[in-house]
Amino acid sequence: MSSEFHSDSKAYGVVGSFVTPEALLAATQKASDAGYRKMEAYSPIPIEGLVDALKFDDNRLGWIVFGGGVAGILTGIALQVWTSTQAYAHNVGGKPLISWPMFFPVLYECTILFAAFGATFGMIALCGLPKPHQPIFNAESFARASQDRFVLCIEAEDALYEEKAVTQFLEDAGADSIESVMTTEGY
Amino acid sequence: MGNKDMHNEKLVTGQWDNALIDKQIGDIVLDPKRHTEAKVHPLLAKLMPPGMQSPWFVMFGIGFVFVNVLLLCITILVLTGIGVWGNNQPVGWGFDIINFVWWIGIGHAGTLISAVLLLLRQNWRNSINRFAEAMTIFAVMCAGMYPLLHTGRPWVAYWLMPYPNVMALWPQFRSPLVWDVFAVTTYMTVSVLFWYVGLIPDLATLRDRATNPIARTAFGMLALGWNGGARAWHRYNHASIMLAGLSAPLVLSVHSIVSFDFAMSIVPGWFTTIFPPYFVAGAVFAGFAMVIALAIPIRKWYRLEDFITMKHFDWMAKVMLATGLIVAFGYAMEVFYAWYSGQPYELALLNNRGNLAGAPYAWAFYALILFNVAIPAVLWFAKVRQNLTALFWVSMSISIGMWFERYVIIPISLTRDYLPSSYGYFTPTIIDFGMFFGTVGFFIFMMFLFIRYLPMINIFEMKELWHHMNHQESHDHEVATVGEKH
Repeated sequence: MSSEFHSDSKAYGVVGSFVTPEALLAATQKASDAGYRKMEAYSPIPIEGLVDALKFDDNRLGWIVFGGGVAGILTGIALQVWTSTQAYAHNVGGKPLISWPMFFPVLYECTILFAAFGATFGMIALCGLPKPHQPIFNAESFARASQDRFVLCIEAEDALYEEKAVTQFLEDAGADSIESVMTTEGY
Repeated sequence: MGNKDMHNEKLVTGQWDNALIDKQIGDIVLDPKRHTEAKVHPLLAKLMPPGMQSPWFVMFGIGFVFVNVLLLCITILVLTGIGVWGNNQPVGWGFDIINFVWWIGIGHAGTLISAVLLLLRQNWRNSINRFAEAMTIFAVMCAGMYPLLHTGRPWVAYWLMPYPNVMALWPQFRSPLVWDVFAVTTYMTVSVLFWYVGLIPDLATLRDRATNPIARTAFGMLALGWNGGARAWHRYNHASIMLAGLSAPLVLSVHSIVSFDFAMSIVPGWFTTIFPPYFVAGAVFAGFAMVIALAIPIRKWYRLEDFITMKHFDWMAKVMLATGLIVAFGYAMEVFYAWYSGQPYELALLNNRGNLAGAPYAWAFYALILFNVAIPAVLWFAKVRQNLTALFWVSMSISIGMWFERYVIIPISLTRDYLPSSYGYFTPTIIDFGMFFGTVGFFIFMMFLFIRYLPMINIFEMKELWHHMNHQESHDHEVATVGEKH
């Protein structure tokens, strides 16, 4: 549709938009059963079961957060032990140089801070953001995918992709509107 | 439970769909007319220029005036030194620390609502969390100003952070004041991250709805290119549940660490193990009071009655009642243990608080009991919890009461500790008051800027809640067919 802006663009995929989350979920399940793999379902709200229909599972974020937390613990220990025994070793009130109960609060805060960095930036990185423009944004119906439409895109990279067949498939699945999307990405 | 009111049973009232929710909440940001819809009292309107006679302009104007008062006070303070405050021997911590603790406490409701209630799957949080998180961030900003300025030389405040420097100095990690630096900066950072992560899908909605190219570009950049794909949502849900899990211990730790500033010392009245839990309960108490005090007028001005319902107020009032009782228990225990310990200094402190005839600060202690224990007791009555005017004034009373709590803790203990020869009295100056009201103004200023430029209710969570509520209703009717889907 908006492909007229680009002189040499290739097909990105076929986009069908649905009115309800249930319709999107059903269509995605159908597409998955039909053997399509390279596809993505876009919705204004998270829909339970959609990632299962897409046969997608990724729990790396948990490990990133765990890694952040461990890094925080190590930073907290290293910072406090090194400064109190090496860089600035002072006897304060007769306390031992490594007075570990007193080191706990800073250690605790460092752990939470680093883990929160892991959760936020890990999520952003795993989602491939920031990427202010994406090929799917060329679809006219996509503007409503953040508002009140539920959009399924079967991408051209899929092994079974064939524009007419996919269009027919989405029509049979009950899509409200269907369009082909072009992209200039990769040129 | 026992409440028979039908209008009181739902988290969202009225009939909505996704497009209408976008229009009702998202367009508060996109359509400037929404900010001039509500009108102020005709007498007040005479003072305002035409086109600005709405509560948004009045509140923003008040905030702006006090931001200038704050800037003036800070200028005088920085040019002269912290002697312009009433702090002097024996009271080294005056309004600055009272206000610091008060503001940090107010921030806690935002974190509790967004993190703890998320983990407990309390979906009534959905319509108030964004708003309360913004409140957290602005309250922590207000709080942060005080210790920074109290250093006397705020331009070298970065010395508080550990970094290799030519002076070969490092922080003293056995000091609760250093813990505070870490606790408050972590709290601020994590609150901002959590808030921003929560905003990303809504910023994408605004990007796609905006017709003004500047708004579209700004929201487009802030949304980072969020596309709402199922894979993105999957990670997003992981991230928000984990951020909630990480913020929940912050609710408990930040105010505990703030209370260590006192509890780790040997000053009578400060050196008590009850401080961490009772500071945390007090923080949630004060925070919910501020959420209610802000939500009542804003809900009316922006016609959000369908999203922030009487049920929300009822539950928030119950949280206040519960935390208020914990705080009252804390006061009782302080008195009891002072007596039970038999320690002369603790008994003297008890006398300094309670002896109306002989103690100079007894008025502050009784004001605290009045505002924080006696007046909030009316929340036991369902009628009061359902009366927004009453609820607003009870919240105000709690805000004042919590301020007095810190006042009672700080000057009463400091003016009379171990040495009678160093007894004194704390008298705040005009700069102290100017800075206090200045930060209140700054808070209002930031809140109304936030309401103007960012969605104050979480749009996608409201859609999700609405979807689940409808799904639940249809589920009740068609139990037989739904099960076959999976």
